[in-house]
Amino acid sequence: MLNPLTEDASPSVSPLRPPSALRAVEVLGASVVYPAADAPVQALQDIRLTIAQGEFISLIGPSGCGKTTLLRVIADLEPISGGQVLVNGVSPREARLARAYGYVFQAPALFPWRTVLANVMLPLQIQGRDREAAQAIAREHLGRVGLTQFEKKYPWQLSGGMQQRVSIARALSFEPRILMMDEPFGALDEITRDGLNEQLQQLWCRERRTVVFVTHSISEAVYLSTRIVVMSPRPGRIVKVIESTLPDERHLGLRDTPEFMQMAHEVREALSDGHH
Amino acid sequence: MSTPTTTNRQAGQITALVALALWAMAALQPLVWQEAADGTRLPQYLIDLPPAWLAVLAGLAAAGLGLRPTARRGSWAGIALSSLAALGWLQLPPAQASAGAGAGFWLGVLALGGLALLSVQRGAALEGRRGDQALAPLLFGLWVIYAWQLLVVALEVPRVLLPPPALVLEALRSHAALLGGDFVQTVLKAVLLGWAGGSALGFAVAVAIDRQPFLQRGLLPIASLTSTIPLVGVAPIAVMWFGFEWPSKAAVVVLMTFFPMLVSTLAGLKSAGRLERELMYSYAAGYGRTLWSLRLPAAFPFVVGALKVNATLALIGAIVAEFFGSPTSGLGFRISTEAARMNMALVWAAIAVAALTGSLAYALLVRLERRVAFWHPSVRSR
Amino acid sequence: MDTIDPRSDPKSGGRLLPLTATVLVIVLLWYALTVWLNGPGAIERVLAPKGPWSWQDLVLSSWTLQRPVLPAPHQIAADFWSSLVDWPIDSPRNLLFHVAVTGQSTLLGFAMGTALGAVLAVLIVHSRTLDRALLPWVVASQTIPVLAIAPIVLVILGSLGFSGVLPKAVIAMYLCFFPVAVAAVQGLRSPQRIETELMHTYAASAWQTLWLLRLPAAWPFIFPALRVGVAAGLVGAMVAELPTGAQAGLGSRLLTGSYYGNTVQIWSALLMASLLGLLLSSAMAALEKWALRHRSRT
Repeated sequence: MLNPLTEDASPSVSPLRPPSALRAVEVLGASVVYPAADAPVQALQDIRLTIAQGEFISLIGPSGCGKTTLLRVIADLEPISGGQVLVNGVSPREARLARAYGYVFQAPALFPWRTVLANVMLPLQIQGRDREAAQAIAREHLGRVGLTQFEKKYPWQLSGGMQQRVSIARALSFEPRILMMDEPFGALDEITRDGLNEQLQQLWCRERRTVVFVTHSISEAVYLSTRIVVMSPRPGRIVKVIESTLPDERHLGLRDTPEFMQMAHEVREALSDGHH
Repeated sequence: MSTPTTTNRQAGQITALVALALWAMAALQPLVWQEAADGTRLPQYLIDLPPAWLAVLAGLAAAGLGLRPTARRGSWAGIALSSLAALGWLQLPPAQASAGAGAGFWLGVLALGGLALLSVQRGAALEGRRGDQALAPLLFGLWVIYAWQLLVVALEVPRVLLPPPALVLEALRSHAALLGGDFVQTVLKAVLLGWAGGSALGFAVAVAIDRQPFLQRGLLPIASLTSTIPLVGVAPIAVMWFGFEWPSKAAVVVLMTFFPMLVSTLAGLKSAGRLERELMYSYAAGYGRTLWSLRLPAAFPFVVGALKVNATLALIGAIVAEFFGSPTSGLGFRISTEAARMNMALVWAAIAVAALTGSLAYALLVRLERRVAFWHPSVRSR
Repeated sequence: MDTIDPRSDPKSGGRLLPLTATVLVIVLLWYALTVWLNGPGAIERVLAPKGPWSWQDLVLSSWTLQRPVLPAPHQIAADFWSSLVDWPIDSPRNLLFHVAVTGQSTLLGFAMGTALGAVLAVLIVHSRTLDRALLPWVVASQTIPVLAIAPIVLVILGSLGFSGVLPKAVIAMYLCFFPVAVAAVQGLRSPQRIETELMHTYAASAWQTLWLLRLPAAWPFIFPALRVGVAAGLVGAMVAELPTGAQAGLGSRLLTGSYYGNTVQIWSALLMASLLGLLLSSAMAALEKWALRHRSRT
């Protein structure tokens, strides 16, 4: 039966370990060391984390804690110096070649010479789908983020928030099982950010993809996630993993409830704990 | 996200293997065909030519090193051994134009080609030390000159078509006085004076019309027009007005350098930021003071940039103006008349002088730019 | 002392008025200069033999002098016009004939140089060896007077049996090659890290990254270089016509004009060359505008 033991480094209450078929990401003692002139920098030290399918995981921590590094390691954008990482049961490189995930960067990274629709079509074209099919799929995903009427516009004609929504539509257009997001709303103002948070949460609720989300906003992490991974720097490590007690369907008003504030408080404490 | 270093390494190993095989084959084939007294041709093999042993051994060693992935010392050793093999091969009779080349000779040449590729590749892969950036282009240039020397002599290319570098150096040495006179005529007189004059004029006019936006709007379109006109076509007209000698070439250069400097200075004067200008305004600084303390210094990067561009334009302008405008001495004159006389070695020597002048002048101006415009982002980020 | 009020930045107002005013002034100055430069010759050859002369006579004869030192604008215009309409198009007396000859070499050389430059740029961007060993030479060659090699190239190609358009096109080619290659390398490398990483997450091949990202990103860099290249190619084509004995083409026309002291012919040839250069550059500018029409103005 299910083994109540987990490999998470946290001493607090840990979730049950899901069976391997449902594990989207497994990080088994991964370390990343950057060689530097005076002393090597330990960006990640012996990280142990298991992410089940359908979870919404937030990685939160101060700058230098390695949260972005961890995300990039899973995405095969950076190599690990030790340990092992498995995505859908295979190495990150094989997962990338199998197009298992979509990645959303901090900036929209839309190509200025392509229309909005053409930008969403980009990964589909690379994967070799023919033009009509790609257009239809892109149109549908653009609709899911509510930007259908902008499909013929160019990226620089859209606001920052809209560009980021296009970027999300693009990441989802080929229906990857995993979505990775690196502080996608960090450059936007708070009001736009709140709206996008709500949209993302509803999207996840509908589609139940696995999401790994990097942020340094506590309220964003608590609002969006099913599990929050708190990290701390020097060396980069996991301090605590907090299971969310909030319901799956959420709206923005939730942020004023005592339950929400209790979670935020827990996260905040874990963050300051990690500081010492 | 790394460059395909593995494919590079594999390509290098294949090249090394091929070179190794070629050296082995060269050892077995006749290297040289000697003319005997009775008119017959006698083959000479590797065993008969002691100087070639060193070359082949060095070449084999270099190819062998190429098979293994090596770091800095190995790469340097490979480069040194390849150079040794190359120099050795150059001593063989076919490369000294004293006998015919055999199949073995050519196999060795091909093997050297492989070693050249390998050494350049290894040189390009080095990094970390200060001189590393310059190694690959230097190696590449040296191998090109080597190939030029070897192939032109061994293939018996007619000298009127392409003389070997050794001959060009000889021409440089023996005609040094002549080329020196040409240099003075073209560079020191036409280029320098024309460049300085044209740039100064462009600068002065720009400052003069700085306060006349009307004039600027009228002149700038004309200035951009002249950049599309083949201004060297003015050379015959300049000859008519200023005679055959260097003043007419200097006049062409002045015309060519005037407009780029004008445009750049105007752009530079405009470049002082709005905030900085408002600062001077708040100090109740007059036009002259603002010009001197803010706008002129802000314009320096643009001015020096235009000086760099103008240096190249000036050299080209003076030389080509001499093609068109029939002087009696000068680098352009030397090139065109000696080319017509098929005296190619001297032509290449003159070109070498011109090329060296161009790159040295540019390097000097880059130095100047670093000192004068050290604060500008385009210079700073280097 | 008046101060520069930064609040009153002069916006660029109408261009037409200042331009026409400047051109008008230039033309007037030109006519005045004509009198000054042609005057001595006019006096010596036309007026003095006829007896006493007045200022009007001087001015008039300066403006209509044969073999003037400085032709008046109307003389140039007249010669220009007559060469276009008075002779059939395939006659060497018609400037359009020379335009065709020079234009042919320019365009052919430009096409070859651009293609070569683009191919080399793609290779340099994808190969570390070429990047380190070859690129510095390409960049350095912009500081040396490459046009000086033209006579050699012509002699070599001539003795190898090539004549006609090809040698001239070769010279135009290597003049176009350098600016295009350097700009293309710059442009192909212009995508930022985030964009190349995006392609990496899509597991895109090097070819796909080149076609979908690097090449579109490179166009804003390549087009200005095309403008420079086509103008350089024109100069190269004209210079290439000189050693071949001044047979045909705008460059040779300039040369024959100077041999025979036919000033007006030189000026009209120069005018035609300028118009050709203008036409080619404008064509490139229009192409650039069309190709980059959807991009933002930054």
